[in-house]
Amino acid sequence: MSLDEAIRLRDPSRLPSRRDEDWRWTDLRGLLRTVPEPSQRLEPGELGVGPFDGLEGEAILVANGAGPEDLRIVADESRTVILRNVSRGDGAHASRLRIEVAAGGRLTLLESHEGGGAGLSLLGIDLSLGEGASCERLVLSDLDPESVAVVELDVRLSARTRFAQTLMTTGARRQRLETRVRHPGQGAEVRLDGAYVLRDRRHADLTTSVRHEGPDGRTEQLTRGIVDDQARAVFQGRITVQEGADGADARMAHNALILSDRAEVDARPELEIYADDVACAHGATVGALDEDVLFYMRQRGLPEAEARSLLAASFLGEVLDRVEAPVPVEYLRAWLAARLDAGI
Amino acid sequence: MLSLRDLRVRVGEREILKGLTLDVPSGEVHAIMGPNGAGKSTLSYVLTGRPGYEVTGGAAELDGVDLLGLEANARAAQGLFLSFQYPLEIPGVPALTFIRAAMNAQRKARGEAEISAPDFLKQARVCASDLKIDFDMLKRPLNVGFSGGEKKRMEVFQMAMLSPRFMILDETDSGLDIDALRIVSDGVNALRGPGRSMLVITHYQRLLDYIRPDRVHVLADGRIAASGGPELALELEREGYDKYARAA
Ligand SMILES: Nc1ncnc2c1ncn2[C@@H]1O[C@H](COP(=O)(O)OP(=O)(O)OP(=O)(O)O)[C@@H](O)[C@H]1O
Ligand SMILES: [Mg+2]
Repeated sequence: MSLDEAIRLRDPSRLPSRRDEDWRWTDLRGLLRTVPEPSQRLEPGELGVGPFDGLEGEAILVANGAGPEDLRIVADESRTVILRNVSRGDGAHASRLRIEVAAGGRLTLLESHEGGGAGLSLLGIDLSLGEGASCERLVLSDLDPESVAVVELDVRLSARTRFAQTLMTTGARRQRLETRVRHPGQGAEVRLDGAYVLRDRRHADLTTSVRHEGPDGRTEQLTRGIVDDQARAVFQGRITVQEGADGADARMAHNALILSDRAEVDARPELEIYADDVACAHGATVGALDEDVLFYMRQRGLPEAEARSLLAASFLGEVLDRVEAPVPVEYLRAWLAARLDAGI
Repeated sequence: MLSLRDLRVRVGEREILKGLTLDVPSGEVHAIMGPNGAGKSTLSYVLTGRPGYEVTGGAAELDGVDLLGLEANARAAQGLFLSFQYPLEIPGVPALTFIRAAMNAQRKARGEAEISAPDFLKQARVCASDLKIDFDMLKRPLNVGFSGGEKKRMEVFQMAMLSPRFMILDETDSGLDIDALRIVSDGVNALRGPGRSMLVITHYQRLLDYIRPDRVHVLADGRIAASGGPELALELEREGYDKYARAA
């Protein structure tokens, strides 16, 4: 199975399916009988504004799969990059971007996934961080309800690096945001957070896997989400601590609120530990808004819808409290508030 | 002000209020006492519109407005406030954020303008200092991790901020230490006045030494079994509820 090959060769038998263990809740082969034709070229002039417009930073555009293939942050340089991944129409496309942050460099990557039409898209990103480098990746994804979209990030860290990300999504017809991290330990730190707000029949799959390969690494993870109507969320978080990766510290939490009895959350947190002296914990909860709390809030005068969105906003807001970039986080907050104002 | 006529309420299959009639005129404070399980909290919940309480008969009006036909939040906007016997925790929402949202929602429902941030903070500082509440506590998520007594104090703080005209205090004294009881009672007394009434539910005469009621009622087995002046509370303290026990 390879989505990239399936798109390039227009071969539906190569689409990931429920028979692939890691894709069992995000079956693409069962969904798409055929792979759509290659997408048309998109003119940059047609693309409107992105959610991070207005922030300072270097703009990079991937339009229906066409865009730059390499991005380099040289040693000790500090840069903000605004990456828009825009898809239109009902075609299929796949692209790959390599990002290299040299030793001591700092990258703030503000990434958006927009449009999608009724097409199928894949964006793969390879990110490597040289010694002492850091990257914070903030993602806003708002796709069309008919689109099928996958974003994969492969991260390679070096000693004393820091990689942090916060994914925020409203899902798609079927969407997967996957993050794979090779963690060398040696003082490197990873934060993999996410928040989703899914309504109607939307689907979002947040899959992460972190492999601790050397001693003394830290990983922390907080994913929170809300599903309503007939939406479906998938959370798969795997942390592997290899033999020799002693002293690893890994914490993972996933908490979801289900607001409708036809909505669904499938969660699979996994810790595999083959090393010694490791501190690992995971916690997972799936629940509903507390009716007694809602009544208490309404007794104070809040209309039900407002009480619900206040609770939802504070529940998801804890994810934003962990974002480091001070100005972009306000964009994330506003984005979330707008998604919740639409009613919970 | 508050007028209840032959109110009958069921929870599930069980009838809890069995024809309760009560009048609390404007400006008065009435106490309700009664044995555990008599239906006192049920009365406070049904008046404030908690889901799950089925009114099978009777009427409840606040200044002529039918309460039972209104949503819980609309009743609050009418000026009805309940100090909960067991206040709830609101995770992640700082007390001040919550109270300001509640205040503005009530104002909006009444067609009034929102309160400005400086005016709100000024009022919060005054109320907090009257009730000896540490202002930093108001920045924490409401009631989360607060002690039983702190939660009760926060109820009265919210009441002072929202300035309702009909207040139901459901065992607001339980869990308060001796000093807190006095401070909270002073806070409650400051809210007394013309055009404002209260229903004070309590098990203890001691609260009524601080908050002097105009009338005292005994609620037993879903009805008002007796009414009298403040001396009735003293009599109950001496004699208990034996004589109001279900006379089959
Ligand atoms: N949700 C419910 N389901 C079933 N029974 C209930 C429910 N709520 C209340 N009751 C019953 O109704 C009766 C009255 O309860 P209520 O809480 O009103 O009593 P109370 O007078 O406030 O007692 P206390 O002095 O102990 O606070 C009790 O017997 C209680 O068990
Ligand atoms: Mg009670």
